[in-house]
Amino acid sequence: MSSVSLQMACAAGLLGLAVLAICLSRSKFNTAVIYGATLAVATVALIGSLRSLLGDTTTAAGLVLPIGLPWLGAHFCLDPLASFFLVVINLGGAAASLYGLGYGHHEPVPTRVLPFFPAFLAGMNLVVLADDAFSYLLCWEFMSLASWALVMAHHREAGNAKAGYVYLVMASFGTLSLLLAFGLLAGPAGDYGFAAIRAAHHTPYAMLVLILMLLGAGSKAGLVPLHVWLPLAHPAAPSHISALMSGVMTKVAIYGFIRVVFDLLGEPSWSASVIVLILGGITAVMGILYAMMENDLKRLLAYSTIENIGVIFASLGLALAFQANGLKLLAALAFTAALFHVLNHSFFKSLLFFGAGAVLTTTGERNMEKLGGLIHRMPVTSFAVLVGCVAISALPPFNGFVSEWLIFQAVLQSPELPQWGLKITVPAVGALLALAAALAAACFVKAYGVTFLGRPRSVAAETSGEVDRYSLSAMVILAALCLLAGILPGPVIDALAPISVQILGGHMPIQSNESWLSIAPIAESRSSYNGLLVMLFITISASAAVVFIHRFASRALRRGPAWGCGFSDPTPAAQYSGASFAQPIRRVFGTLVFHARDHVEMPAPGDVRPARLRIELHDLIWEAMYQPIAGAVGFSADKLNRLQFLTIRRYLSLVFVTLVTLLLVLAIWS
Amino acid sequence: MVVMSDIFVQGMQMLLVLLLAPLLTGFVRKMKARLVRRQGASVFQPYRDLLRLLRKEVVLADNASWLFRVTPYVTFAAIWVAAALVPTFATGLLFNWTADLIAIVSLLGSARFFLALAGMDVGTSFGGIGASREVMIAALAEPAMLLVVFCIALVAGSTQLSTVANFVASSYVGLRVSLGMAVIALIMVALAENARIPVDNPATHLELTMVHEAMVLEYSGRHLAMIEFGAFLKLLLYISLIACVFLPWKIAVFGTGPLSYAVGAVAYLVKLAAAGFFLALFETATAKMRVFRVPQFLGAALMLGLLGTLLLFVSKSF
Repeated sequence: MSSVSLQMACAAGLLGLAVLAICLSRSKFNTAVIYGATLAVATVALIGSLRSLLGDTTTAAGLVLPIGLPWLGAHFCLDPLASFFLVVINLGGAAASLYGLGYGHHEPVPTRVLPFFPAFLAGMNLVVLADDAFSYLLCWEFMSLASWALVMAHHREAGNAKAGYVYLVMASFGTLSLLLAFGLLAGPAGDYGFAAIRAAHHTPYAMLVLILMLLGAGSKAGLVPLHVWLPLAHPAAPSHISALMSGVMTKVAIYGFIRVVFDLLGEPSWSASVIVLILGGITAVMGILYAMMENDLKRLLAYSTIENIGVIFASLGLALAFQANGLKLLAALAFTAALFHVLNHSFFKSLLFFGAGAVLTTTGERNMEKLGGLIHRMPVTSFAVLVGCVAISALPPFNGFVSEWLIFQAVLQSPELPQWGLKITVPAVGALLALAAALAAACFVKAYGVTFLGRPRSVAAETSGEVDRYSLSAMVILAALCLLAGILPGPVIDALAPISVQILGGHMPIQSNESWLSIAPIAESRSSYNGLLVMLFITISASAAVVFIHRFASRALRRGPAWGCGFSDPTPAAQYSGASFAQPIRRVFGTLVFHARDHVEMPAPGDVRPARLRIELHDLIWEAMYQPIAGAVGFSADKLNRLQFLTIRRYLSLVFVTLVTLLLVLAIWS
Repeated sequence: MVVMSDIFVQGMQMLLVLLLAPLLTGFVRKMKARLVRRQGASVFQPYRDLLRLLRKEVVLADNASWLFRVTPYVTFAAIWVAAALVPTFATGLLFNWTADLIAIVSLLGSARFFLALAGMDVGTSFGGIGASREVMIAALAEPAMLLVVFCIALVAGSTQLSTVANFVASSYVGLRVSLGMAVIALIMVALAENARIPVDNPATHLELTMVHEAMVLEYSGRHLAMIEFGAFLKLLLYISLIACVFLPWKIAVFGTGPLSYAVGAVAYLVKLAAAGFFLALFETATAKMRVFRVPQFLGAALMLGLLGTLLLFVSKSF
């Protein structure tokens, strides 16, 4: 079986599983069967896509199905770009299924989740495989609707209805933009096949298509200011679905952006890259600042996804800038960095959402102000999540650092760009990315410290326990992948080479030629990094220190109460909470970005009322952009509502006036 | 054979930084004491402190987790590796090619990440206040540091410290506006990162002013020794970094033989002493600023770094 038919068969199998889930809805083995089967199919698809990515075949293999538009059929195709994103999707899918085998048993209404889970995966697989505009949009809508159903799985919980509504509106808006973008690409001849679009000449509309893609794919990926739905919808779904939405579905949006802007659109102009760069930089910083202010664990993770999407878009913008100036090698560097970050983010974001899900199952709490001390009660989960936090904070020797490092290397090569606009934009965006990376570390110190460390702040946190083995193994596997991709970045970069050859016509130097598994993006004298050796050095020096100390120093140890400066506080509420941890950063950045204010009510001495601290935060984007739009829609709907209750005479005169006006317009027009 | 001598020289460097780090701190303390007309403790006092801490038992809070006990070693190892990556008396050493300047910044970031977590582990408000202030300072110092790295890398065409040092030492770099801005920004970052006056006071345990010391308040015995040692190493690292990038006089080029290594080592000692003296002078002449003035201080460093980088993007000759 050819590789593309294998992938299609897997997608069909997943759709079949969705039907099976409906048939089995009364069975008690439902959960185990569906997640087990999804795991099997996703693993087959993962192996298939890995083989086609790592194999020598860099040519695309196509498949036409006799469904879809009557004269067109449905085209599907597997090329290196699609293979890579299939790896990301199916790896995330397999991990989520494995996690679901355990986590799914805690689901109160499994029939609301089970049919949509494989359908959602199938939708994502098909989007990446689609090779004509019609199939692409159809699969995109299918993916959106399946995920919407999953967001609404617990529709009675507070806030979920709003999340589902906002998601639906934003998804429709995004699809509309994509529809218009493909309409422009297909042109008056209306050839919807990607091959024909690729061959055509798009220069007059290129900028418009790019902006439409930024609106369409960007709203799905969570680019600021189109991100508002994401922190509502992603946490609303069950945790393994949140992992898929945040870790994987945003990547499908990035795939769409790359496919159209890099592949179909042809040569971009450099001014296009400025837009992408600036949007990416702003998204990265805004996303992580939102995350820093958040105390809901899953919402914090969703906001941090926005940050990572910003990083990826900034890197793609760099690739566009280099590509527009014909610097193929440097474009490949920035592009590879973006893809590497796509892969990394799917690893650690899935892992972190799984961790949040584990916390949620055992404590029933998402609010980290009510957690704490979980490291004692959930040792494996807390270890895996710690790995995820270190990785997402871009610290060596884990994988997040490598992709950020590659992006910074690409930024450093950009003085070669001739345009002034880029000369000023690129270093500013580099500064924004550096700021985002530093804030990410602060944010995850907060997330991990408040949730897992310290003393438990509630009974739920105090009595929690470890989760089941399936969930744990999913987390441990992803944590291992985070480390593996961090210490062996060379093979990953080499595996990404066919994609940059396909898209940009050039690739980074082959890293397996470097000695000692180092990576050197340009040349060793300019920069090199060796994750494996860094890890070895840290391990050796830490063990040397341990051995030395335990040999020559005192090994005595005494347990005692924590030192409270003479006043040992009895209550865990006196610990630093998430809000208090974020306070310094809130004061530095929040007054500008969120109009943050602290209101303190301090009762007079002798008064027994409690003192209160209230924090006032404004989401300025929501208030400045979305509220006016929602207000205008509501206002006009109110006004037009009157038309519903006209008398028959008024209706007739309305129709008559409209007709006359139309005829007049036509007469004047021609 | 070549590999053996490489390993030997690299090992010498790692031992050298380990041995010199407490001495440097002792020297700075002595200088500060002399500048305010006190006698001061001996320059070898930090060694004695470390030994005394090593001999004491550890008092561990009841609910401290494994993370709390592992952190001192992880932090120390990360800082030590970072310090081993900076060329001190010679360039082109074995480890220099493993990681570049960006990785060194991130290794220090790893160390701080774990320290901040450990500060929150016991669950007292002191640990929390220290950790929260430390990450706020880091959130501003790290980007400033990276922009300094950009500046240096754009001038030298590399983020690899050995290449940078050789470039600055050998060719005619001249006085550059961008490098001037970078060195000022780097010194500001170094003061903040090492918890020195005016950002933090390393000698105080007054809870309203302290940052770093509050974070490690729960540590005792050998754990505290490792953390203190890490802090000594970090100060040495930053001074070596400034010396290596901006003043690479007499630094030995790789493979030039023992004599130039010896010259390099002596030059390195002179640079350390000079830097220690100026640090003491600066610290006695200024007062610590309020915590919420620190963002302005570091914001200035960030802006200097950004301006320097922008100038270099405009023209390589700035």
